Amino acid sequence: MTGEIGQLALCLALVLSLIQAGAGIAGARPDAARARAVASGAALGFFVFVMLAFGVLVYASVVSDFSLLNIWQNSSTDKPLLYKLTGVWGDHEGSMLLWISVLAVYTLAIVFAKRGGERLTSASLGVQGLLAFAFVLFILFTSNPFLRIDPAPFQGQGLNPLLQDPGLALHPPMLYIGYVGLSAAFSYAAAALITMQADADWARAARPFILAAWIALTLGITLGSWWAYYELGWGGFWFWDPVENASLMPWLLATALLHSALATERTGAFRTWTLLLAIGGFSLSLIGTFLVRSGVLSSVHSFASDPRRGMFILLMLVAAIGSALALFAWRAPKLQEGAAFEPVSKETTFLINNVFLVAACATVFIGTIYPLALDAYNGTKISVGPPFFAITFAPLFVALMILVPFGPQLGWRRGNLREAVQTLMPAMGLAAVAGVIVFAVARPFSLAAAGAFVLAFWVIGASVLDIWRRGRGKFRALPLSAYASALAHAGLGITLLGIVGTTVWKSEMITVLKPGQSANVGGYTLRLDKVVDVQGPNYIAQRAVIDVFSGGEMIATMNPEKRMFPRMGQTVSDTAIRTTGFEDLYLALGDQRGTGWTVRAYANPLAPFIWFGGLFMALGGFASLWTRLRVKARAPSANTVPAE
Amino acid sequence: MKRALFLALFAVLFALPVALVTARLAHADASLPAAVEDQNGPEHIANPALEARAVALQKQFRCLVCEGESLDESNADLAKDLRRLIRARILAGDSDKQITDYLVSRYGDFILMKPPLQGNTYLLWFGPLLVLLIAGAVAGWVVVKARARNREATG
Repeated sequence: MTGEIGQLALCLALVLSLIQAGAGIAGARPDAARARAVASGAALGFFVFVMLAFGVLVYASVVSDFSLLNIWQNSSTDKPLLYKLTGVWGDHEGSMLLWISVLAVYTLAIVFAKRGGERLTSASLGVQGLLAFAFVLFILFTSNPFLRIDPAPFQGQGLNPLLQDPGLALHPPMLYIGYVGLSAAFSYAAAALITMQADADWARAARPFILAAWIALTLGITLGSWWAYYELGWGGFWFWDPVENASLMPWLLATALLHSALATERTGAFRTWTLLLAIGGFSLSLIGTFLVRSGVLSSVHSFASDPRRGMFILLMLVAAIGSALALFAWRAPKLQEGAAFEPVSKETTFLINNVFLVAACATVFIGTIYPLALDAYNGTKISVGPPFFAITFAPLFVALMILVPFGPQLGWRRGNLREAVQTLMPAMGLAAVAGVIVFAVARPFSLAAAGAFVLAFWVIGASVLDIWRRGRGKFRALPLSAYASALAHAGLGITLLGIVGTTVWKSEMITVLKPGQSANVGGYTLRLDKVVDVQGPNYIAQRAVIDVFSGGEMIATMNPEKRMFPRMGQTVSDTAIRTTGFEDLYLALGDQRGTGWTVRAYANPLAPFIWFGGLFMALGGFASLWTRLRVKARAPSANTVPAE
Repeated sequence: MKRALFLALFAVLFALPVALVTARLAHADASLPAAVEDQNGPEHIANPALEARAVALQKQFRCLVCEGESLDESNADLAKDLRRLIRARILAGDSDKQITDYLVSRYGDFILMKPPLQGNTYLLWFGPLLVLLIAGAVAGWVVVKARARNREATG
């Protein structure tokens, strides 16, 4: 019975999304108050029914209702409760249902925020309704999670063990909050083109959604990288895998959009460009979904891929991007482009920021798509691996990071470069000192690492200076937003430190140890004590007991495991990581060799910084978003421009 | 300015297929050499300098059966065989380039983590640069325009 409730709820949601689309777009006319009311009502109804459908699937998963094909394929009664909950979005059908649930939440947020005036809100709801319609249709026809099997099997097939992990509980929802948040930015952009209102008010309406999406993408990517680091068992944190690239591309454009939209909000500059970026950002989310879901790639992520789904998403992609770009080409030239600023100004730094971010995004895009395109074109197979991205992507980020500190120091419209340079002097000094120290002390010697430290401390130092300069003597009174850019920019520097530390100074050791034998890695000595069998809830593990010594003293006992999931016939390694905050000792247990065991050990200096940096960036986003929501609460009139 | 932007966009769109066709013409079909019998080297070379060379080499080739992992990272049997093959070749006195050429002749460009610069990859290698140049040029134009507008407004 529950499955049918879910099915019915989805069908009703489909109808409501269509009503929302029609009424919303009709409500863009000035005198269509009734249509606007209908659109809001439909959005509310859509939210209720989508949540009902999602709730039904969660319930079915928790009670292990194997009469649902989806639950039978991806769950089992012995799976821990946490993974019964998070496993709901561990498979394709469930994750698409999560996608529209997030869409429903954003749609509701548009209804209640009512930013940018009634007409803009209504048109956004209309576009959002069209997207919702397409996605619900997609679910009902190609990815229905409520399909039945008869008779219901007694036991399910279980979830991919790699996905039975707390990291997975948060990674996909975060990414989806990001992807779908960009859909709200997309809807606002299309609405701006429909109502011809692409002014500062528009940017003020769209920016919270852009910020929310950006924060979620940042956290999602950070979590994904962390998950890969501890779950895949060889200490890598970023692989330039097409699926990772699919999430990086929207992040890069969203970062560009964040800056560009801020300029639009403050000075009305870059109006059409901001619209184009908003369209582009969501387009890349769709392209990413296509890459992941269509089966053109195969990896951990493209479970249950199906060519029909690929075709449907491709059509949706062409329709959404095509119509948005057509709308843009038709209406955007009629918008007034009012940018007036001096070459030395914040606007210019934002512009250069956008140039580099767009080029970086293009690099990732070309590197991801090119091998697929070449293969499709004449069957030539090439690989585009990390070396390609190191050569093409890294220089763009170097250039970007040299620029970053200047943005916050220059004023809108006209900045003072000499003053900015004077303010930033201490940061330059700090960067130089850091570079010299790395150059002189750190071994193995690496010029690139010294350069990266200069860059990282340049950015971090400038962020500290920025807060210091603004807050001197009145830190309490400093608005949270003053910390936003400083936190986010510092995060970038911190992540860079982590990347350089692990890449350049990582020590690794792979060896076969018999119980009682020792080996060295980094400054540590590892002694394999024994390997014991352990029975988990739905797996059998071999757990190594390894004593870790440093400077002659035993500092820890670590337990890397090899887990065998009999139901799925898969074995995954469960790594053991001991972190000091500055360095990770990372152990993974490999195969048994005679009476010995393969042990892989890595000492990864500065590795945690990679994820600390991501957290800093997200915190910066939160600071900005929080201030924005507070401002809205205090001044409900959206038409007053705050003093700059 | 918008017209120019669109012109640039269309130019890129048209350049794409042209470049692809050129790439195809430039890329003569190389016939694969006859299969060479497998060579089994040791899993580990005792000489640290040679072993370091082997490790550096195996990071440059991808595992052919798994997605996105290098020979260095992969646990697949084929990757193990290739790691041993690399060591056999090193011990036989081959240079890094000879080993690379040998693997490419056997498995094609696909095995290279870093795609070679040749007819069918010009667009891959120079595409990002092209985007950077176009975006930079447009940005420069916008700054010039914005400055003129600002001077006009402030007198």
